[in-house]
Amino acid sequence: MTTENTKTIENDEFELKATCINNSEIKKPWTANLVYAFMGMLFGIVFVKAEIVSWFRIQEMFRFESFHMYGVIGTAVVVGMISVFIIKKYKLKTLDGEQVVLTPKTYNKGVIIGGLIFGLGWAITGACPGPLFAQIGSGYTVIIVTFLSAVTGTWVYGYFQDKLPH
Amino acid sequence: MLELLKQPWPWYVAGVLIGLTVPALLLIGNKSFGISSSLRHICAACIPANIKFFKYDWKKESWNLFFVGGVAIGGVIASFVLTNPNPMVIAEGTKEALAAHNVKDFEHLLPTDIFSWNSLLTLRGFIFMVVGGFMVGFGTRYAGGCTSGHAIMGLSNLQLPSLIATCCFMAGGFIMTWLILPFLLNL
Repeated sequence: MTTENTKTIENDEFELKATCINNSEIKKPWTANLVYAFMGMLFGIVFVKAEIVSWFRIQEMFRFESFHMYGVIGTAVVVGMISVFIIKKYKLKTLDGEQVVLTPKTYNKGVIIGGLIFGLGWAITGACPGPLFAQIGSGYTVIIVTFLSAVTGTWVYGYFQDKLPH
Repeated sequence: MLELLKQPWPWYVAGVLIGLTVPALLLIGNKSFGISSSLRHICAACIPANIKFFKYDWKKESWNLFFVGGVAIGGVIASFVLTNPNPMVIAEGTKEALAAHNVKDFEHLLPTDIFSWNSLLTLRGFIFMVVGGFMVGFGTRYAGGCTSGHAIMGLSNLQLPSLIATCCFMAGGFIMTWLILPFLLNL
């Protein structure tokens, strides 16, 4: 492999690491993914039963008229922080015996500009990407349109990525 | 027990369960929690159009698509099996403010007078569903993550970019809610 090739691969990997990803090197048959479908299902149940997918809960949050969403996100972050701390401290391994890999998030101007754009959209739709899926499952079929529009937004970002300030 | 599960779940139950998703995904298969990347994988799988951003091995990330598929199934179970027998309880202040801006349905998770097939082609419906969705998809990818990838996974791992992103998500939300939404709701 030439140096140039290595560089391209590194660049691509860097690009991909900007999204949340699979850090396992083990190749498994597709059926191994069913466990993630199951986890997603539990997650979706929590989303709907705690009304995190509700447009009203998001309005209440941004209007400071309910503690609910702050409680949910705050508790989740604290539990996540403690978990990651324990995983790092005891160098815990995955069920397959791999070392757990945590990819650092990279900073660029997009974090601010994109973050603001997402925030504006979040307050309009009352949903981040996760709740969109749960809302569709809850029978609000029209949210399929919102979802397809979000996919289009992602695609348009990819198309113009090089021209946008980062 | 079933009756209890049908009631809306309190924030501390939901918060703990969502927080535990982070170590569960890491320990089961070395996966970092994040949902908005599924939108990118869908682009990469369906309409890559030779764009560099979509040229990668999306199949390696297909676990993420299974996860979001599961979220939709979870939505079906929560809404149709564990159905909440009561209408939504919404803070009085929010209810009054929204009612003053032409929101009429306070019974469901979403106000169906805004989010429905019938209102999709009205200006208000188009902005709330189509324009809003576009901003969510465009903004999350531009920022490199959403509430799950940045606010939960990123903050759990003490990442400064994620803290900045989370502040910007909230700032955008406040600007929309306080300055722009009153106007959009009246369209």
